[in-house]
Amino acid sequence: MLEIRDLHAAAGDRQILNGINLTVNAGEVHAIMGPNGSGKSTLAGVLAGRDGLEVTAGTVTYKGLDLLDLEPEERAREGVFLAFQYPVEIPGVNNAYLLKAGLNEVRKHRGEPELDAMDFMTLIRARMKLLEMDDTLLSRPVNEGFSGGEKKRNEIFQMAVLEPTLAILDETDSGLDIDALKTVAGGVNALRDPARSLVVVTHYQRLLNYIVPDFVHVLSGGRIVKSGGKELALELEEKGYGWTETEPAAASA
Amino acid sequence: MSTATQTVEDLAKQEYKYGFVTDVETETIPVGLSEDVVRLISSKKEEPEWLLESRLTAFRIWSKMTEPEWHNVHYKPIDYQAISYYAAPKKQVKLDSLDDVDPEVRATFDKLGISLDEQKRLSGVAVDAVFDSVSVATTFKDTLANLGIIFCSFSEAVREHPELVRQYLGSVVPHSDNFFAALNAAVFSDGSFAYIPKGVKCPMELSTYFRINAANTGQFERTLLVADEGAEVSYLEGCTAPQRDENQLHAAVVELVALDNATIKYSTVQNWYPGDENGKGGIYNFVTKRGKAFANAKVTWTQVETGSAITWKYPSCILQGDNSVGEFYSVAVTNNCQQADTGTKMIHLGKNTRSTIISKGISAGKGQNTYRGLVRIGKGARGARNFSQCDSLLIGDRCGAHTFPYLEVKNTSSQVEHEASTSKIGEDQIFYCRQRGLSTEDAVNLIVNGFCKEVFRELPMEFAVEAQKLLGISLEGSVG
Repeated sequence: MLEIRDLHAAAGDRQILNGINLTVNAGEVHAIMGPNGSGKSTLAGVLAGRDGLEVTAGTVTYKGLDLLDLEPEERAREGVFLAFQYPVEIPGVNNAYLLKAGLNEVRKHRGEPELDAMDFMTLIRARMKLLEMDDTLLSRPVNEGFSGGEKKRNEIFQMAVLEPTLAILDETDSGLDIDALKTVAGGVNALRDPARSLVVVTHYQRLLNYIVPDFVHVLSGGRIVKSGGKELALELEEKGYGWTETEPAAASA
Repeated sequence: MSTATQTVEDLAKQEYKYGFVTDVETETIPVGLSEDVVRLISSKKEEPEWLLESRLTAFRIWSKMTEPEWHNVHYKPIDYQAISYYAAPKKQVKLDSLDDVDPEVRATFDKLGISLDEQKRLSGVAVDAVFDSVSVATTFKDTLANLGIIFCSFSEAVREHPELVRQYLGSVVPHSDNFFAALNAAVFSDGSFAYIPKGVKCPMELSTYFRINAANTGQFERTLLVADEGAEVSYLEGCTAPQRDENQLHAAVVELVALDNATIKYSTVQNWYPGDENGKGGIYNFVTKRGKAFANAKVTWTQVETGSAITWKYPSCILQGDNSVGEFYSVAVTNNCQQADTGTKMIHLGKNTRSTIISKGISAGKGQNTYRGLVRIGKGARGARNFSQCDSLLIGDRCGAHTFPYLEVKNTSSQVEHEASTSKIGEDQIFYCRQRGLSTEDAVNLIVNGFCKEVFRELPMEFAVEAQKLLGISLEGSVG
């Protein structure tokens, strides 16, 4: 599904990723953890094709395609979805309208017929239940005036509608209270599928109680310094990130 | 340069697709303006003496006036003696039916997507087509006549309904109103006239389509719309011009009269040639539009201004009667080197009069967009209310947005609200849309259309679709 090899990336003249290697197979859930500034969000941004991030070395292969060669919208149409850490407000643009436009682009790309308004509404009604979304959020402008929790819920709702094959969740848990966290995680779990891979970027182990990962990777200084199963997250919770950082340092010394 | 900025820029580079010239024999009078020219225009049109006198009065007033300079647009001085003030397709003298329209002219309107074939129109819009200075065809005349509605060219109205023209011409925009209005009153060539009788609701949209074709000519149309007591009408106006290197002057006057309990909705999609990306050529659009609303009447202006090198227009409402309502909804786009100084005047005279102003300015490229609006609440306008909202959207970093709101309130029982905002299309907004599968172009269109939504929903259905497309074209190439 996704193969990241020796990925180096910079924002301006600041080098942030220093050789990431990661393989994600279909159906797997990978958690990327790490302290502030370790490069988690940069990794998510590079995968989605965010402006202002420059890949200086390495390759990313997705479904056999050179992912880095694709425009952001081409990646989206190929099934790459990014749940934003800070979802953007777009005044005047109806939330459902943007989603319908996006979904139809994806469908066109897959060679499927575009959905008309009726079919689209039927589809999203079902998905809204999943996220316990309030109806009014559909007709409101994209993210405008949404609470932090509503924004995050809206991201996962969009994911549920767009049905990506690779979903990257960038700190989806930040800013959520425990009830909202459970709802959002419930939505994500409902979307787990043998054909869908998830990369869950998070600070805290808390989210991983609800979205149980197959693998946990610790990012530090722009490198994956430790990988393991779900128990690694618990160990981190207990010992802190300092513990992982000392190990590779000792190894390289 | 970031991708977002480049795309807006590419978007903006899209060419003007109405820039072709029609090869039709035209009768043009020599350049220059004098009393003799005014007399010549009047005699060519076989006008009655009173109209010639009215033109001459206007000409004398204009001769003593100086061109205004208070606006926030810059252009080289216009040489009024280098313009021809009359051009008309030569062939036909009198038109008995649509079949008499010069096939070339007809083909031009077909090319512009304006069908003059009545039976082909599904939507039932009656069209008056003005080619250069002359009205060439008016559709659905008979259907309308059965209801007592008069819809014809201005010249025909002068011949067939002189009493109505004489009563209302200049009653809303007097000759002395401003430099360009005076010029128009002296040399106007043709335009549209509509009269909706008492209590009649016009069953279809009335529409005038203006096309400038000849070179070195000015276009000066005059539109007069009268809705008698309790009448209702919705009127659409569209305009295009060929692509030429010289600037061409367009100075029109539109007068609306809404008598007691009448409703007039006037919508414009203005797409005159804007000049090329370096600012060469394009139409100078200096237009005076004003409506007078009597008791309980309503006048609504909706405009989508995407064309012209320079736009100078302030569709206004004189809220004369008690409880009358004025509305102004505007989207003005300036791209490349376009300049717009546009807005409205709401003059509250009657009691409990209400006005709403929604203005959306979009600037891209090196475009400069100015909103200028006046809300005047007279002493007698007790209980008057106004709400104004002026929003500006900037695309790229070389354009400008300016807002000049003027408020004059002369009584204490009125309420005036003004809201304004300036925003920029953010790269993060574009990226967000692209991450959901939209191309940059579609993302910009989506955001811009969202920005203009409040205005678009005021447009008649068919026009709204056209306006959205037009906006897309006007901004094509403006983001990168």
